[in-house]
Amino acid sequence: MNPGPTWHCPTNTGVGSDRVSLLHGEGGRGSRDFLRQQIAARFPQINATFADAVHLPNVPGRLAFTTDSFVVSPLFFPGGDIGKLAIIGTANDLAVSGAKPRWLSLSLIIEEGFSIKVLEQVLDSIATTAEWVGVQVVTGDTKVVPVGCADGLFINTSGIGECIPGFVSNANTLVPGDALLVSGPIAQHGLAVLATRERFQMHSPLVSDCGSLWPAVQTLIDAQIPCKALRDATRGGIAAVLHEWATDCGHSLCVEQNQFPMTAEVRGLSELLGIDPLFVANEGTMLVAVPEVYVEPALTALRSVPISQNAARVGRVEPKSIVPVSVRRTLSRPVPLDEPMGALLPRIC
Amino acid sequence: MKLIDEFRDPALAQQLVESIRGVATRRWTIMEVCGGQTHGLLRHGIDEELRDVVELLHGPGCPVCVTPTTVIDHAIELALRPGVLLTTFGDMLRVPGKHRSLMQAQAEGANIQMVYSPLDAVKLAQELPSTQVVFFAVGFETTAPATAIAVSQAEALDLPNFSVLTAHVRVEPAMEAIAQAEDCRVNGFLAAGHVCTITGYEQYHKLAQRYRMPIVVTGFEPIDLLVGIYRCLQLLEQGSFDVVNAYTRSVRPAGNLAAQEILQQVFVVADQPWRGLGEVPLGGLILASKFRGFDAVDRFALERTTVAVEDECQSGAVMSGRIRPTQCPHFGSRCTPQSPLGAPMVSTEGACSAYYRYSNLVPLNTSPAS
Repeated sequence: MNPGPTWHCPTNTGVGSDRVSLLHGEGGRGSRDFLRQQIAARFPQINATFADAVHLPNVPGRLAFTTDSFVVSPLFFPGGDIGKLAIIGTANDLAVSGAKPRWLSLSLIIEEGFSIKVLEQVLDSIATTAEWVGVQVVTGDTKVVPVGCADGLFINTSGIGECIPGFVSNANTLVPGDALLVSGPIAQHGLAVLATRERFQMHSPLVSDCGSLWPAVQTLIDAQIPCKALRDATRGGIAAVLHEWATDCGHSLCVEQNQFPMTAEVRGLSELLGIDPLFVANEGTMLVAVPEVYVEPALTALRSVPISQNAARVGRVEPKSIVPVSVRRTLSRPVPLDEPMGALLPRIC
Repeated sequence: MKLIDEFRDPALAQQLVESIRGVATRRWTIMEVCGGQTHGLLRHGIDEELRDVVELLHGPGCPVCVTPTTVIDHAIELALRPGVLLTTFGDMLRVPGKHRSLMQAQAEGANIQMVYSPLDAVKLAQELPSTQVVFFAVGFETTAPATAIAVSQAEALDLPNFSVLTAHVRVEPAMEAIAQAEDCRVNGFLAAGHVCTITGYEQYHKLAQRYRMPIVVTGFEPIDLLVGIYRCLQLLEQGSFDVVNAYTRSVRPAGNLAAQEILQQVFVVADQPWRGLGEVPLGGLILASKFRGFDAVDRFALERTTVAVEDECQSGAVMSGRIRPTQCPHFGSRCTPQSPLGAPMVSTEGACSAYYRYSNLVPLNTSPAS
C-alpha cells in the first residue's frame, strides 16, 4: 500500500517544548498562548486583546512611514543581533528622514524547529533596544514556516515617526560647494558580521556600529543646522549613498579616503580581504550634507553625542563631470569610485 | 596603521613621482605582471599621473582570468551533481563559463560554498563524510602551496570524499611567452611581489638577460608601485638588464623554501592551456602521481582540458599587452561587470574591471550601453 506523502504531526513539538512548531503560527490556542507568553509579556503596548489593528494617538504634524526586513546570518554578532538590528534599522530610516521614531510593528517569520530560548533572547533584545531608542512596538504578526523554508528567523519591522517641522532631507538640493560629513567610523557592521559568520579568529574583535542615529539627528536639529541631506549608509555602504545622491542632485561628489574615520580592526580586515571599506554596510553611521559655512557647527553638534563623537568632514559636492563619484587616495588625483554591485567577494591572493 | 600608512604616504608618493619624471629621458613601456598591481595603479591614479613618462601595460597575472572556460564549466557541472559540494574562492564565483558563472549556477540549485582557504574545504569534507567535497583550485604560485597542503592533509587523513579541480598556473612561463612574442612592446617588467615571495627571483636573471629587459620585483601599495616603476626606469635608462628586488619586506632571493618543497611534493609542472593566451609550455601545475587519487577530473570522469576554447572576450590581447582594455570593441558596451564577456571584466584582479572601475572613460552610474 502506498504510504502517501511524508507527513508529520505539528503537535509533536507543540507548545511547551523548547522548539518553535508550526502550531505556534497557525492561529488558535497554540498561537494565542505563544503570543501571550512571548510577545505581550515583552511589549505591553501591544493591545492585550490582540485586535487586528492598533489605534495611535494624534500627533500635531506630518508622519513618516517606513519598512524594512532583516535576514542577517549569523543572528548574533559582536555589537548586536537580528532583534536589535530590526529596531535600529527601521528607527534609523525614520531618523535620517527627519522624523522622531515613535511606533513600530514587528513581524516574525520563524522556521519550524527554531530554538525558543534563542527566540526569547532575540525578543528580549528587541524590547531592550526599543526602550533604549524610545519607540513603542505596538503591533505585530508571527508566522511559522516548515523546516527549510526560512533560515531560522526573519524579521520585518515597519515604523512611524513624527516629522520635525522644517527639517527635510533631500539630496536634490545639493549644490557644488556643499560639504559631506560622516557621523562616525565606517564599515564596522558589515565586517563584524562577516568575521563572525566566517569565524575569523582575530585578536581584537570587530564590533558592529549597530546603534540609534536619532540622537545625532536631534543634535543637528537642536543646533539649527540647515542639513540638506542625511542618509544612513547601510547596504552598499558609503559608496551606495554617494551614488544615489549624485544621481539625485545631478552634480559630482568627491571624497577623501583618508578622512574617513576607521578602526584599526576594520582597516586590518579590509586590507586582508581586499574589500574597500567604502562599500561595506553600516548600521549606525550616516552621511550628512551641509552648506560649507555650517561644517564646523555641524561637526561640533555631532561630536557632542556618543553615536557621532568621531564625526568628520569627508568630501564635497563638485560641479558635474563625467564621473559622478570620485575618491582621492594617495595621490591628489581623484579616481572614480564605482557603484557597489552585489555581494563583496574577497580576492584570491 | 603599521605597514600600510607608510606605503601610502602622499608626500612620499609625490616625491617619487618627481623622481620618476627626473630619471626618464623618454617614454618607456613597462608591464606590471600581476592584476593586483594593475588595480593598485589605477585605484590610486598612478597610471594617469605618469602617463607622459611611462606607458603601463597590464600583464597576465590574474589567475581567475586565465582559467579556461571548460574548467569553469566542469566546476559548474560538478556543483550540480547530487552529493557534491563545490568549494572555491569568492573571486571565482562571478567569472563566466561558456554559458554561465558559478553564481548563476548557484541560483539554479548548484551546491557551492565560498571558502577562504583550501583547508576549510578539507574541514568540510571531514564534517560531511557522505558528501563529495571538491575544491576548485585556481591561482598562481601564491595560492598553490595552500592547495598542496590541503591535498597532503587529505591524504594523511585518508579522506575519500575530498578532491581538487585544479587550474594552478605558473607566472614565469607566461612572462616568457609575452617577452618572446615578435610584436612584444614591453621594455621592462614589474614582477609580481606575492608570487616572488614564494618562488624567489633568482630564476628571473636568465629571462632578463635573454630578452634584454630589466625585471623589478614589486609590491602592491602605491609607494611600492612607484618605487618599482622608478627602479625599472633607472635600469632602462642605464641600459641594464638586471633583476632588482623592490619588495624586500616580503621577498627573499630564493623565496619561501618550505612552500616550494610542498609544491614539489604535491604538484608537477606541466603544459597548460590558459584562457586568452592558449597553451603555455610548462605554464601549469598538475597533481603528482602519488596524489592523482585526489584529482576531481579522474574521480568524476571529466574530460581533461587540453585547449582553451577561444571566446569573444579579447582577454588574450589585453593580458599580453597588445591592446589596452579600453581598446577592446566590447569594453563598456557589450561587456560590463553586470554582463561580462570574459573574466577580466569581473575578477577583482582583472585589468578590464580596473579600467571600468577607476578610469574616467565610462560614466559609472549610467548604463554604458545606452
